[in-house]
Amino acid sequence: MSADQVVATGPEIAAPAVVVPRQRSLARPLLNVLMVIIGIAFLLPMLWLILASLNPQADDTLSVPHAFSILNYHLAIRAGAGAAIKNSLYLAGVSTIIATAVSTMAGFMLARRRIRFKGAFLVLVLFLTGLPVTLLLIPTYQIFVNLSWLNSKFYTSVVLASMSVPFAIWLMKNFIGQVPGEFEEAAAIEGASELHILFRIVIPLVIPGILVSAILTFINSWGAFLIPLVLDANPSDTPGAVGIYQFMSANGQVQFGQLAAYSVLFSVPVIILYLISSRWLSGGFSFAGGVKG
Amino acid sequence: MTTLVEPPISEDIIVTEPRLRALARHLVTTGWLLPSVVLLIGLFIVPTIYAIYLGFTNLELLGQYAQSYSFTGAANLSRMVHDPTFWYSVKLTLIFVIGSGIVAQTVLGLGLALLGQRVNVVVRSSVGAIVILAWVLPEITVAFVWYSFSQAGGTLSHLFGTPNSDLLSTLPMLVVCMANAWRGTAFSMLVLSAGLRNVPHEVDEAAQLEGAGYWRRLFTVTLPIIRPTLMINLLLVTLGTISDFTLIFAMTQGGPGNQTAILPVYMYIEAFQFNQLGYGTAIALTLVLIGAILSIAYIRQLRPELKDAAK
Repeated sequence: MSADQVVATGPEIAAPAVVVPRQRSLARPLLNVLMVIIGIAFLLPMLWLILASLNPQADDTLSVPHAFSILNYHLAIRAGAGAAIKNSLYLAGVSTIIATAVSTMAGFMLARRRIRFKGAFLVLVLFLTGLPVTLLLIPTYQIFVNLSWLNSKFYTSVVLASMSVPFAIWLMKNFIGQVPGEFEEAAAIEGASELHILFRIVIPLVIPGILVSAILTFINSWGAFLIPLVLDANPSDTPGAVGIYQFMSANGQVQFGQLAAYSVLFSVPVIILYLISSRWLSGGFSFAGGVKG
Repeated sequence: MTTLVEPPISEDIIVTEPRLRALARHLVTTGWLLPSVVLLIGLFIVPTIYAIYLGFTNLELLGQYAQSYSFTGAANLSRMVHDPTFWYSVKLTLIFVIGSGIVAQTVLGLGLALLGQRVNVVVRSSVGAIVILAWVLPEITVAFVWYSFSQAGGTLSHLFGTPNSDLLSTLPMLVVCMANAWRGTAFSMLVLSAGLRNVPHEVDEAAQLEGAGYWRRLFTVTLPIIRPTLMINLLLVTLGTISDFTLIFAMTQGGPGNQTAILPVYMYIEAFQFNQLGYGTAIALTLVLIGAILSIAYIRQLRPELKDAAK
């Protein structure tokens, strides 16, 4: 389950609406301890990752480095992490631009206009959000072979974009649907053209929704592994995920420290984006009537 | 293709202008919808139909069957049925989905959600944040971390008391299931937390007044109330887990041998390592079929609730 499938979430969701009355005060500290233990168990692998990335003599055991150093980060970048992350930036960036533009336009029309077969179309879109990549991979590969679209960062980005488009359309349609349409109607009566309405009125109102959709698409495309692996065999096009995998299986001895640094470098952008978007979603933002968080 | 209600205008003043405006609106609406329709048809509908065809051909990655492949009817089907690795892969997929998805993620997620209701705010927020962080990490990072974690000398091996054994080789499915559970629990925790918040407090209090203990209340009051949420959660977790590729492939490449070759991984190996594109597609079709069957089963479980809601 990927992080982008859940929209209105955040750490705050775990908060109960009502606090359970404390009758058995003995149980409470025990429950706290239990949850802390679970928390530590979850933390261990990530702790290893950070410590190993800062440890020039890292191995696969959890240990505090004798001397903290960022040597691994230098080595990782030299071994290709920098180039790979740039490629991931391209793939994620282009796919996000395509997916966001396409889904915003479609979402606007689906939310505002009466369209024949709109219901059926929306059901189809919802259904497509659950269609696994595994089915589409081989036929898409074969089609790309025939079109000579293989080994292209651009066309790979298009495929990555399409992976996010169904969910993005659904997201934008619902989002725009919740924004009151009076502004647009007023502008239309005044005689504004469609394009004018779009840029001056609609887009400013839906910027938060567009940003959320864009961030979710970006996160989704950033970690892409199978699609770039299959559709783009160009060594200079290798994105981060494939790069890490190749680094793992290259060389005889696994370079734990360098790979840890590589992984941290690759993961940090996504973590930051997720923090930003979850603040937006659950922090609540109100405009022109308010939107459900 | 689109219709719009025209504002009422007196008959005398009607000119072609509103009609032009209406036409312009139709064109714009169509134009804005077109890119997404093209994308969805070109990259979803067409490949799906093509996949249904390819699954019954002998297309290969290289060689003579790459250029001129042909429809082979039920040949792939027969091959699948007689392929012991295929059945083994199906079994592994079910173990993976049930073990890591349903049992681990859902139970753990429910446990964390329930715990979250009763613990200290700081504990709940910080543990929640840690669990969610595990979920946000890119899949390749999770794969690498758990790969290292379970090597000989890795932390997991130490915890299991067998520091010198490569757990990924000796207990591959277990390690892989643990890794996936670690990664995915946050989703169930969030969804079920939201579900628990909707349990009306009065019902729980009434049961408490009747003298029902915690566990009794949990099983006879709380869980039945959140059943729809549970079902939806199970559905999404199942669909997500059944087509998961990166985590297992990056950790084990399906090995050792075929011991972790769940269907998506098996499909990749057959298609791109053994060049059997047609056969690989047949495997993928089977995967989608299994997913569809499971989805229908879950949705059926939801039907009584949907009927109630419609009343």
